[in-house]
Amino acid sequence: MSGLEQFKDRNVSQNYYKVKIEPYPKTPWEKFKRVVKRTFKLELFVGLKITLLEMIRFNIHTIQYPKEKLPIAPRYRAVHKLLRLLESGTERCIGCGLCEKICIANCIRIDTKVDEFGRKVPTEYTINFGRCIFCGYCAEVCPELAIVHGPDYENASEQRAHFALKEDMLTPLDKLKEQKEFPGFGAPTPAADQLIKKTPLAY
Amino acid sequence: MDGAFVIETIIKILIVLGLFSALAGFGTYVERKVLAFMQRRLGPMHVGPYGLLQVLADGIKLFTKEDFIPKGANRVIFMIAPVITAATAFIAMAAIPMFPEFTLGGYTVKPIISDINVGLLFVLGVMATGLYGPLLAGMASQNKWSILGAARTAIQFLSYEVVTGLSVLAPVMIVGSLSLIDFNNYQAGGVSDWLLWKQPVAFVLFLIAGFAETNRTPFDLLEHEAEVISGYATEYSGMRWGMFFIGEYANMFTLGFLASLIFLGGFNDLWFIPGAIAILLKVFFIFFFLLWTRASWPHVRPDQLMWLCWKVLMPIAVINVVVTGIVMMF
Repeated sequence: MSGLEQFKDRNVSQNYYKVKIEPYPKTPWEKFKRVVKRTFKLELFVGLKITLLEMIRFNIHTIQYPKEKLPIAPRYRAVHKLLRLLESGTERCIGCGLCEKICIANCIRIDTKVDEFGRKVPTEYTINFGRCIFCGYCAEVCPELAIVHGPDYENASEQRAHFALKEDMLTPLDKLKEQKEFPGFGAPTPAADQLIKKTPLAY
Repeated sequence: MDGAFVIETIIKILIVLGLFSALAGFGTYVERKVLAFMQRRLGPMHVGPYGLLQVLADGIKLFTKEDFIPKGANRVIFMIAPVITAATAFIAMAAIPMFPEFTLGGYTVKPIISDINVGLLFVLGVMATGLYGPLLAGMASQNKWSILGAARTAIQFLSYEVVTGLSVLAPVMIVGSLSLIDFNNYQAGGVSDWLLWKQPVAFVLFLIAGFAETNRTPFDLLEHEAEVISGYATEYSGMRWGMFFIGEYANMFTLGFLASLIFLGGFNDLWFIPGAIAILLKVFFIFFFLLWTRASWPHVRPDQLMWLCWKVLMPIAVINVVVTGIVMMF
């Protein structure tokens, strides 16, 4: 926990660097002195030196976007994913409807049924991405870690609905091995087991 | 006037026109790359290897763009103005000796279109005429930004032209000729003979005035985007705008050749480097310097340019001429 202390420091002004500004010349003689000083101190060549050094150092910051991509943060909230159980491959969603209920943009709709094993499963699961504000409440409230935020932020299509259908969000059965546990909202932290405390039965 | 001379001249004209139009295009690529590297960017990368074909893409865009003439503009002047800039930029090159003489199949070629004995005067005069392009373009466009650009052209022209003339006067006094070939021959004895060492002040003044003449960054008042949209070129599009651009880049090369010929030893052999390559190196260094300053320095206000030219540079130039005269007398 101590590693997070540095991020709690909100006193951002402590590293400010104050620029020294010389008093503005008032008399013509002072102006003339400033011109002479600037001319013979070769201030202009300091600027030239900086740009030339930058060119020689060749420290390029450009990301050639479609070819190169910056890594996104693990908790980034992009288009949603519906996950499956790793062992059996059945959907994690139990159709409880909490995500539908908590959604503040009111963009999730679920249809559920009771399947042949007596389990409640969603038949339809859609998110209207025209309304979704990517707040992450649905992923946080989900008790089964079934609806999570995926890493795909390149969502360009002719229609927003193209990302929102259940079969688009759900992990395909053949890709089950590649399904990654979501580390973001609602996911247990790496040290979750150590942090659990038993609730005492009686005080 | 024999036939061989006419054919030779026409070939030279075509080479200069074609080569410098292409170089102007390539100059935009070099400029974008150099500026990008100095600002920690990559510049054009997508069209062709390392973005080399970007010039071609820009050319296709310029040629196929709609040629738009705004309502209320003076059509004739609006259409002629870019031609003035481009044409004068190329006419100025007629009197510049680009390379040393060479023999091609037993025939001696002088790489200068017209060896007139007032070459320097001709080049400076024609380059100055080129500013009629922006001036007329701005006044004919029926646009407030354009008219501001035209006004800035006028004051810039009035400011730097005095400095250019006076700064080259001292070298002209020393050499005793206005022909650029005489300038070149005067500095034939190696680096120590360069006029740069005899006239360092004139060199600096000429370079500063050259920045104003080619409309480059410390003095790019004519079309400074942050202040007057695009200045005189606001209403221009397509190839008419392209002609302003070609003119500007051709002028940059002319300035490079002039500065190399007058102050930096021209096309004389430099140590082990043959003359033709030596002058190319000098021209490209001055071209690079123009880009380098654009990446480094902020540009000045119009009143600061006038202050600089009239109150600082012109007195220095006059003193330089007087001192040169006194030294030559004794």
